[in-house]
Amino acid sequence: MSGHGNMNLTLKVWKQKNKDTKGKFETYQAKGISPDMSFLEMFDVVNEQLISGNQEPIAFDHDCREGICGACSMYINGRPHGPKGGVTTCQLHMRSFKDGDTIVVEPWRSAAFPVIKDLAVDRSSFDRIISAGGFVSVNTGNSKDANNILINKDDADEAFNAAACIGCGACVAACKNSSAMLFVSAKVSQLALLPQGQIERYDRVLNMVKQMDEEGFGNCTNTGACEAECPKSISLENIARLNREYSAAKLMQDKVN
Amino acid sequence: MSNKTGLLTSSIGKKILMGITGLFLISFLLVHCFINALIFFNDGGETFNKGAEFMGTNWLIRTMEIVLFIGIFAHIFLALKLTLDNRKARPIGYQLVNGTANSTWYSRWMGLLGTLILMFLIIHLAHFWVQSRFTDNLAHTREHIVGNQITMFDRMSIVFSELWIVVLYCLSMVSLAYHLLHGFQSAFQSLGLNHKKYSPLIKTTGVAFSILIPLIFASMPLVMHFGIIK
Repeated sequence: MSGHGNMNLTLKVWKQKNKDTKGKFETYQAKGISPDMSFLEMFDVVNEQLISGNQEPIAFDHDCREGICGACSMYINGRPHGPKGGVTTCQLHMRSFKDGDTIVVEPWRSAAFPVIKDLAVDRSSFDRIISAGGFVSVNTGNSKDANNILINKDDADEAFNAAACIGCGACVAACKNSSAMLFVSAKVSQLALLPQGQIERYDRVLNMVKQMDEEGFGNCTNTGACEAECPKSISLENIARLNREYSAAKLMQDKVN
Repeated sequence: MSNKTGLLTSSIGKKILMGITGLFLISFLLVHCFINALIFFNDGGETFNKGAEFMGTNWLIRTMEIVLFIGIFAHIFLALKLTLDNRKARPIGYQLVNGTANSTWYSRWMGLLGTLILMFLIIHLAHFWVQSRFTDNLAHTREHIVGNQITMFDRMSIVFSELWIVVLYCLSMVSLAYHLLHGFQSAFQSLGLNHKKYSPLIKTTGVAFSILIPLIFASMPLVMHFGIIK
């Protein structure tokens, strides 16, 4: 099986039965890995070997495998989504490693992301933050004319950049405080920048921040690790905007909060 | 919809207070540095002692001294609260963390740098502030000396005659410099004061401040120890 240029690797992978049990590292040998494989394909090969040897495969999240769904979530050699910038784990190729390397693979670590099994974590805390305010309420009915609402190009671009967030949780995984500020700031920004988002603007930021805190995420200390590790390169400027939106909501909203 | 997320309870609220107290302490450093730099007149501490007298007797400054202590305690209390919360947010740590790949070491070690500064602060207050506020050992100026009293400038000469104290002060200023290097721009970010045009200016000012102010402070024990200023 080991063809020309193929690699043999040692994997140290976190194995955990479920969220109520204690996990531990298991060592696996990944043999004959093509440098052109993605990191997830390498795991597929290892899992096939495990299954054919009557062993339990390693559980991990994956879906689109083209970097847009936000499902994959591996903390590889001390960094979320591995050593390359601006890519998800599924876009990481084995040529980023050397033959004979030992690779340590861990799940996202956060109280708000409990481990479901092995490398798969429960990120429904993100869904609950979105449910708390990451939406615009619109009346259903006939579709409106395109370009009915004019939007400044700069604002549209900024909103689009924020909307690029795929909600993978790498920001939380990278942050030494397990803060979800980059995720929440991107979701608040994409709507705060657009006219459609203005009606619920203040309720949105207050409710989303409240939910974020209730989920048990940590506090941002502006280290910038989230921005550096974000596969979609979401900017820290969004966090400043979130802080601004929050202050504005506190000051401007007429309700007693 | 009601939100019971106050300034003291919400994550962003705490960060805003951290930023405000941080900037307030930065403004104090500027005033402190300016007054102390009066020793560079090299007039036997005459100008400096006048400055110290003004700071010690002006009612506005004395009121601000109380506000300053509140600011310091709030900054420390918030830091402890945030650190404990953050520990809880990751009960099981990583086996392998490559922090250098995504952030500066001093941004990750703000708590340790702050603790070193606090330890220095306690020693520093014992050296000078306690002497001037709670004992009769110091006179405001030479003209006011009664009995065995000395001036604040004389006190500096005595304290900085010990080499290990000079070394301690200089090392503490290194801690301060790194704490400021992250803290200065971080405070603006926490307050949401971010702008494509002005943020680079804030960052440059922050770096300049973080290097210059601790450097001027560190030079004071050095010049007094080696008798350049006397």
